[in-house]
Amino acid sequence: MEENLLLDAIERYRNGEMNDQEKTFFEELRKSNPDIDAVVAEHSFFLSELERMSDIKSLKHNLDQVESKLISEGAINTSHEKTKSKMIYLWNRYRRTIAVAAAIAGVVSLSTATIISKYSESKKVEVITPLVDNKLNQFEHKLNQIEHKLNDATAPTATVKPKFEANFRATGFLVDGKGYLITNAHVVDKAKNLIVENVKGDQYYAKAIYTNDTTDLAILKIIDTSFKKVTGLPYTFPKASAELAEPIFTIGFPREEVVYGEGYLSAKSGYYGDTTSYQISISVNPGNSGGPVINKDGEVIGIISSKETNADGVVFAIKSTNIYDALREVKKSDDINIKLPTVNSLKGTNRVKQIKKLEDFVYKVKGN
Amino acid sequence: MSEANTNDQEHALLNGLADNDTGAIETIYRDNYPAIRGFIIKNNGYPDDARDIFQEAMIVLFEKAKSDSFVLSCRLQTYLYSVCRRLWLKKLQQQNRFNPSIELNHEIVPVEDELELHEQKEADFKLMENALQKVGEPCKSLLEAFYIEKKSMPEIAESFRYTNAENAKTQKYKCLVRLKKIFFAQYKNTD
Repeated sequence: MEENLLLDAIERYRNGEMNDQEKTFFEELRKSNPDIDAVVAEHSFFLSELERMSDIKSLKHNLDQVESKLISEGAINTSHEKTKSKMIYLWNRYRRTIAVAAAIAGVVSLSTATIISKYSESKKVEVITPLVDNKLNQFEHKLNQIEHKLNDATAPTATVKPKFEANFRATGFLVDGKGYLITNAHVVDKAKNLIVENVKGDQYYAKAIYTNDTTDLAILKIIDTSFKKVTGLPYTFPKASAELAEPIFTIGFPREEVVYGEGYLSAKSGYYGDTTSYQISISVNPGNSGGPVINKDGEVIGIISSKETNADGVVFAIKSTNIYDALREVKKSDDINIKLPTVNSLKGTNRVKQIKKLEDFVYKVKGN
Repeated sequence: MSEANTNDQEHALLNGLADNDTGAIETIYRDNYPAIRGFIIKNNGYPDDARDIFQEAMIVLFEKAKSDSFVLSCRLQTYLYSVCRRLWLKKLQQQNRFNPSIELNHEIVPVEDELELHEQKEADFKLMENALQKVGEPCKSLLEAFYIEKKSMPEIAESFRYTNAENAKTQKYKCLVRLKKIFFAQYKNTD
């Protein structure tokens, strides 16, 4: 009997698709031929493993669905949030100590990670590097100045913003067309003035209305009156966790020009097992901080925050689920109701089209 | 509610869980998750840890409910709590986080043996998932369509653009042999 016929027979036997005659014949065959019997046993085992995997996968899917439903109903008690943030704070503090100790002792082969920002120059030993570009160098300054002069010359009446000398640059993206953007807390922490600039070069003054150093998230609001509400934010924010090995991409501003990069999700937790972030493998540079990490279906799964200094492609991204908590807090304390987009227009289109659709909503964040 | 009623109800829930019934899953989730989430957060966990641990416990319960010899010798709540507690302690240990002061006022049952079995099964699950990744496309999708989504050969032939069901079947067979080869090679390695 050919092997494919045999495997087929085994499957039909297991599924109860054989008639009595076939069944008797098949059972006889097994009895009389130990080789065949072994194949049957092996294949049955294999199929049961495959079925079990499929069962567990659909169970996991259902569990995620139920979890999302309960969260959106508010059935999951979040009154522990206060203790939680305290715990996280304590834990982070503790973790930093061990990380530093480990780095010094050379116990961990991972070298320290550095936040890529101007703040990384602080004396304290930083374990992670935020990805803010503070090296807006002379050359770029000059370019900026020339560009501004040109703007002034060619369009003196246009809404050229009064600009200031920015000394860092990062990325942010709109979460609500009314002018709310998400970026990293470490981007805006010490900034006195903030401007955001879209790919077309329109600049607007913005201010941080929320920062959280624990999650490293910040919400900015565009305060310029010239900003007009935009619609059609193309991405959505999933409630469930992203999957290992999921392909992802980001766009941001490691240069003055928007830059695209792609990679994959390498771990479901971040630096030192930090479960509020993911580890991703992607090429990013100073300036990418605050950029969206998007999966192939156009869902923002995270926000780029930092990378390990001496390891290539080890980047950490804050899980986008933290945004939900941030929005809730903003609503509670300031009564600002930020509505995340609910319609995803990126799903099912190719990458080039996806980028075209979303680049208008990703902003450069600059300040001093 | 009388003891007998509770038992019947829990039995029905477990049968529902074994059938992957969303209603049953939701009831179990609703009744048990808040307490377990509270427990994990109180013991140095993040909300995400709570979700991961609880969902893993649900998988343990699911496998138990599916096995023929299944009897739950204690309340569902006690069982889930015991499993979560064990899983969480283990995770804390692995991550070298400080040992939490696990509260002692909750009834617990021994679950160590079952979790050992679960770990073994989890490893097999990963082997299979791994093998499926390694087998590559279009094999992965083709096999998943047939064995997991239970699509018929004519349907598969159409969506994968094979000229007919017979061709799709031949292709599926080739993929199956490759997958089995990868799976058993790994499986034997881990023995």
